[in-house]
Amino acid sequence: MSDTADRVKKIVVEHLGVEADKVTEDASFIDDLGADSLDIVELVMAFEEEFGVEIPDDAAEKISTVSDAIKYIDENKG
Amino acid sequence: MRRVVVTGLGLVTPLGADVETVWANLLAGKSGAGPITRFDASNQKCQIACEVKPADHPYGFDASRRVDHKIQRQVDPFIVYGIDAAGQALEDAGLVDMDDDLKARTGCSIGSGIGGLPGIESESIVLHEKGPGRVSPHFVHGRLINLISGQVSIKYGLMGPNHAVVTACSTGAHSIGDAARMIKDGDADVMLAGGAESTINPLGVAGFAQARALNCSYNDRPEQASRPYDKDRDGFVMGEGAGVVVLEEYEHAKARGAKIYAEVVGYGLSGDAYHVTAPHPEGKGAELAMRMALRKAGLEPGDIDYVNAHGTSTMADTIELGAVKRVLGDDLSGASMSSTKSAIGHLLGGAGAVEAIFCILAIRDQIVPPTLNLDNPDEGTEGVDLVPHVAKKRQVRAVLNNSFGFGGTNASLIMKAV
Repeated sequence: MSDTADRVKKIVVEHLGVEADKVTEDASFIDDLGADSLDIVELVMAFEEEFGVEIPDDAAEKISTVSDAIKYIDENKG
Repeated sequence: MRRVVVTGLGLVTPLGADVETVWANLLAGKSGAGPITRFDASNQKCQIACEVKPADHPYGFDASRRVDHKIQRQVDPFIVYGIDAAGQALEDAGLVDMDDDLKARTGCSIGSGIGGLPGIESESIVLHEKGPGRVSPHFVHGRLINLISGQVSIKYGLMGPNHAVVTACSTGAHSIGDAARMIKDGDADVMLAGGAESTINPLGVAGFAQARALNCSYNDRPEQASRPYDKDRDGFVMGEGAGVVVLEEYEHAKARGAKIYAEVVGYGLSGDAYHVTAPHPEGKGAELAMRMALRKAGLEPGDIDYVNAHGTSTMADTIELGAVKRVLGDDLSGASMSSTKSAIGHLLGGAGAVEAIFCILAIRDQIVPPTLNLDNPDEGTEGVDLVPHVAKKRQVRAVLNNSFGFGGTNASLIMKAV
């Protein structure tokens, strides 16, 4: 597992209060992890802080699974 | 006429996070006061408070008992306390599993005096330091006063009236009074009613200290700082927590065989029309509220056995005492009167509800809680039983609970044994 994936999963566990083993890469934030649209806004903010990336709204709207987030961060972090 | 009874109780206070623990500690004369641990208060004039204790304390509060981790992160502590106290009250009333009809007839009236001040303070710092794009998307609904009622209704599926009172330190009493009226009017058969507060944060403590309302001269003796009616009182000690009751229409409660603690028989409200923080010097507003409550209850002054005073440990204590004397009689017509703020501090918007619960427990157990630290009673207290230092066994048939708030808002509740 990549360093990005570890850190993303840690943030998801902390913010959504879900068990770590439920945060698989293909897990959907809304369908599988109980998030609502505002929780995703908050998660995106936390990813931006953690990785020093900027995730514009149009990109954030396309992040619906854990792997979407990992992929975006890996492709865009400095 | 529809009658309203109390069938469930829930408490989160500096003396415990369940009703029986709080009550036992209160009757034992324990104090919930101590140095502020929530933040570094070394630059504050007031460095003490009655904090709700952490989960590892013998009578601490474990937020995860009834509040999801995610919600704990998103909302201010006053909402967490309120959700927990509401859950306790529903469990106590045996109303956790309700059918859809009853859920549609069950509402919430749980308010707060100030709301999410800690979150407003911290998020304001985020705004200034990191910019608007870092403000939490949960900022607004995590701070709003009506979000205890909102969260509780969502958690338990309650579709009756969803209401939240904001009347400073009268909030808890107004919440119960208003909810009782909703049941009397037929808007609901069951109401969760009460108040919560948590403003032991730098801005909250500084604000009240600057308003000259807080005790700032007992920083080295926190347990002695809240001393209602004592000559050396010097301002209130801030508390935090929540109190929620289940109110229920009497026939509804009887039909399902519910345990009935007491009946809410009188509710009086008034305004001082005088000053934003100081009470009317002659206590006229307080007197109006008490007289209205007595009239609604159809009781005589001699029927009241216990008065839970607003009694904040400020100069206003003697004004309230004067008003109570005018309503009940100079000797209070045989009633005992105490201020439990001497033990748990002033829970602000939660105070009226928490103190109403103490009144109800006084009826249940036929004992009245003490006024701590009443070493040298002030002038004007002669001949009045202020229950100094130790709880007192006595007959308790009907109780009067007073709450007064900034803005000159007054509420009095009268409850009695069924």
